[in-house]
Amino acid sequence: MDINATIIGQSIAMIIFVWFCMKYIWPPLMEAIEERQTQIADGIAAGEQGRKKLDNANIESKKILDDARKQATNILDQANARATEIVSDGKQDGLKEREHQLSLAKNDIEQETNKARDELKEQVSALAIASAEKILGREVNEESHADILDELARKL
Amino acid sequence: MATEGGHGPQTSGDYIQHHLQNLQICKLENGEWAWNQCAGNPMAINVDSMFWSVLLGLIFIVLFGNAAKKASPKKPTKFQALVEIIVDFIDSSVKDTFHGKSKLIAPLALTIFMWVFFMNLMDLIPVDWIPELSKMLGMATGYEQLYYMKVVPTTDVNITFGMSISVFFLIIFYSIKNKGLSGFLAELTLHPIAPTFKGPGILVAPIIIAFNFILESVALLAKPLSLSLRLFGNMFAGELIFILIALLGYLQLPLHFGWAVFHILIVTLQAFIFMMLTVVYLTLASEEH
Repeated sequence: MDINATIIGQSIAMIIFVWFCMKYIWPPLMEAIEERQTQIADGIAAGEQGRKKLDNANIESKKILDDARKQATNILDQANARATEIVSDGKQDGLKEREHQLSLAKNDIEQETNKARDELKEQVSALAIASAEKILGREVNEESHADILDELARKL
Repeated sequence: MATEGGHGPQTSGDYIQHHLQNLQICKLENGEWAWNQCAGNPMAINVDSMFWSVLLGLIFIVLFGNAAKKASPKKPTKFQALVEIIVDFIDSSVKDTFHGKSKLIAPLALTIFMWVFFMNLMDLIPVDWIPELSKMLGMATGYEQLYYMKVVPTTDVNITFGMSISVFFLIIFYSIKNKGLSGFLAELTLHPIAPTFKGPGILVAPIIIAFNFILESVALLAKPLSLSLRLFGNMFAGELIFILIALLGYLQLPLHFGWAVFHILIVTLQAFIFMMLTVVYLTLASEEH
């Protein structure tokens, strides 16, 4: 149990071990631990950021969807309005066309009527002349009596 | 229990004596190196203590050095994770106490903790295994001096003193480094009674300084002394009880188990206390108070 030179040997051994630990063991281990710690912190931060981004994207997509819905409603309204407009325009056009056709038909009828009347007049005047010839027994000179005939025709 | 030895019949006293005797080597007066004839020789070396101490220190260095060399932050092996737990534990313990910046203190604490832990752990190997093996090896190879083999280095007061004296020099080094030589001397002489240098008080100032110096020197020297004796005392007592239990015949089995379980606590606790006190002493040395 005496004190002896073992003390010196142990001190030297301790100095060497501590020096070795200080030089080659502690720094790389600490470095690894700290690097992992920063990596974990970075990972958590990145996750947080990702979540924030996702939230933002969700809000954005909702906004876009709302806009699109609004636009669709607008377009639908416009289309409806346009459709009614087109229908009413068509109606009006149809009415106009009908009127037009109607007036054309009326003109035609009138012309036909006039034509028929003129023909009738001529035939009546010819008939009148013929009957007059028969009555007078002689041929009426058309040229010399043209004025009478014309007057007659006009009266008819 | 070793009942038959190479050195004649054994009594209980012989058995205990055998277990408490270091394997020593020293230079005799006639200039020859001799084994186990070194009682009282201050230049003797306890070969067994040194051997086991250095071996266990090397085990620590190799295990941790290997982990440090392969340390990768991305893919830690299980062993690296274990080492990192220990390193992190030491680091947080040191940071809780020591607030300055030092490249030395944390690795010092780690080395002390693991080394002392390993040395204390040798206590859990049944007391006869390695000494008997050593005895047989000595017989077989002709090195009869291997008859003596103490396997727990921390039950050797030289080993604990060797460590605490290194710590003691570190304390002085840190004191002078952080407070200057004058600050260190002032701490030794101007506490706890502050001498006055004005008026008639100057007459008693030398006496006060001398008184302070004696008091503070004792306090300073008590640090390494208590540090080493605490560890030595605990481990020596534990070892002695293991030896006494080993004398009890078959009754030793449950007793040995119980004491070993209890000793696991002491082994760890003493290693931790040695480390923590080292850190505390170095903190006191490097901080003004």
